[in-house]
Amino acid sequence: MELQLILLFMILGAVIAVEIEDLLSSVIAVGAVGLGLSLAFLILKAPDLAITQLVVEILCLIILIRATIKKDLPLVKDGRWLFNTLSTLLFIAFFLIFAYFALRELPRFGYPLMRVAKGYISSGPEKTGAANIVAAIILDFRAYDTLGEATVLFTAVMGVLAVMRKIGRIKDEK
Amino acid sequence: MKSKEKGMTLIVKTVTRLTVGLILLYGIYIVLHGHLSPGGGFAGGVIIALSFIHLMLAFGRETALKKLSQARASILESLGAIMFLSIAVLGFLGGYFFLNFLFKGKPFNLFSAGIIPLCNIAISLKVGVGLFTIFVVLVLFKILKEDNE
Repeated sequence: MELQLILLFMILGAVIAVEIEDLLSSVIAVGAVGLGLSLAFLILKAPDLAITQLVVEILCLIILIRATIKKDLPLVKDGRWLFNTLSTLLFIAFFLIFAYFALRELPRFGYPLMRVAKGYISSGPEKTGAANIVAAIILDFRAYDTLGEATVLFTAVMGVLAVMRKIGRIKDEK
Repeated sequence: MKSKEKGMTLIVKTVTRLTVGLILLYGIYIVLHGHLSPGGGFAGGVIIALSFIHLMLAFGRETALKKLSQARASILESLGAIMFLSIAVLGFLGGYFFLNFLFKGKPFNLFSAGIIPLCNIAISLKVGVGLFTIFVVLVLFKILKEDNE
């Protein structure tokens, strides 16, 4: 029940973030959606994800506010509201029809098809010695995935440093 | 004009001076207890980066860069990446990539779980310094653009 309320709050926040005219208010609405996601993770009993989502949300919010606080982008108001509304409703109807047939075939929540996770949970503590099963999985059984994530972050930092560099930049005013 | 450049008001500075150490300490705690309690390298590293960003927002760019200059930041980030990779490669001593070759210990002890705490420390270095570098570069670029205009 609490989960449905939080999901409703997140959908409302996302709609406000798209529709509102002020850029700063839109960023803050996105932050509210992220906070709701963190609470949803807590209700689904995943505190690791909740902590990570909360701190990354705060960091993204600070960076977005620093990036948008002095800019005022003009809002594009298209005149074709009839076409836009009709196409949006059409896509929502398509999505609901396919989701109705697809979601019936899914296994129930908490009963996955893959049996690997059960082995991790039962043999995790004695094989790795870690009390936190999430740390045991992401840094021992599936450490290769974590190495890939670290590589992605390293590449992202290098890309930002290369795009925003001072040396070798051609001056505009020349 | 000079005082306006150096960060925010006196209230923010005083509160920052009181809280920034606690935030840094909490990040280190989350990293070191990553194999015992919720958290881990990624979340702890982001909290450590947030403590430096807090310092930079309150006191201005120079104070934070005096604590952690950009050259030292890039050295630390590369150190984290190399540490994580070398832990992975050292697993070949016993057989395969990412082998947990250290002494396992008893669960719920601080010194347990083999290589997992070391991996947490490496990831926290990488994530924390990397995100701080991204923030510094974005802020620096904005100041540079304002100077040009």
